[in-house]
Amino acid sequence: MKHNLILRVLSKFLIPLIFLFALYVQFHGDFGPGGGFQAGVIFSAGIILYALVFGTDNARQVIPPKVLRALASLGVLIYACTGVASLLRGGEYLNYSVLGANQIAGQHLGILVIELGVGMTVMSVMLIIFFAFADRARPEQEVE
Amino acid sequence: MIDSLVDIILLTLLVIQAFAIIYLRNLFVVIMMFGAFSLISAGLFVVMDAVDVAFTEAAVGAGISTVLMLGTIALTYSRTEDMQEKLPAHKPWLPLAVVIITGGMLIYGTTDIPAFGDPNAPAQQHVAPYYLEKSLSETGVPNVVTAVLASYRGFDTLGEVTVIFTAGVAVMLLIGGRRRKHKPNTGDGNET
Repeated sequence: MKHNLILRVLSKFLIPLIFLFALYVQFHGDFGPGGGFQAGVIFSAGIILYALVFGTDNARQVIPPKVLRALASLGVLIYACTGVASLLRGGEYLNYSVLGANQIAGQHLGILVIELGVGMTVMSVMLIIFFAFADRARPEQEVE
Repeated sequence: MIDSLVDIILLTLLVIQAFAIIYLRNLFVVIMMFGAFSLISAGLFVVMDAVDVAFTEAAVGAGISTVLMLGTIALTYSRTEDMQEKLPAHKPWLPLAVVIITGGMLIYGTTDIPAFGDPNAPAQQHVAPYYLEKSLSETGVPNVVTAVLASYRGFDTLGEVTVIFTAGVAVMLLIGGRRRKHKPNTGDGNET
């Protein structure tokens, strides 16, 4: 798809909007529909669109596999550590109420942090799976 | 009135697509039909006021899984071969009978299911009223779905994230990191 001018121009225009929308869904999930899972999927869809139009090599330079693996585990770690943090502050595991000055502030902080963890893990796992499939198809593509 | 009209149109489209998916033999077209099927299901969820589910269905079902299936078909078919599904050698009478009996039993089972949105349904009686009444004052989050998902059911969501993480690890173990054998010279982080 390297020479498809319309796709290249259009996707260059669309990808920033997709990222922006993903961030909106991520951080606005408490108020509207959405949350970490949907945001992660949308964010990875933006990068997959980039990879489809500009090639996986370029996409890999945008977000290297090492970073993806680190982000995938970091997301789960953030989530689990939020639970440990609430344990340390005297509550039950994953009881966010003790994280802030009052219950509402604690819940807000906890939900924001764990949604961030969910988003990171979902985004990077989707991309890891996509890149794994794309790489497997590669040797054949190079023959052409 | 307009709601049921939209329902009928969407469900008719779903049925048409299901038959198209059964009868089509070109797998590329079938994958595209799957994507469209997911998109229309997402529309159906919006009609039922389940926007969060619709969101997920549109993003995952119509978006990511379509791309992954296209990736799979690129792996399993070579360029020269056309993507035609082969006709089965024998008539599938036994699967047809199983499907018809199971489907008939499922339809029979729906007669016992409470009506859509019935406030006396068991699902609405257990903890749902508590969430609906208390979630805003207890968590300060206007979206009840997010409050339940992230706060009340935080353990479940942690489990789900772990499942997704495990899926990523499994895919990496199964088909990731094999590139070095074909191309020894690429210098990116695929050193596993």
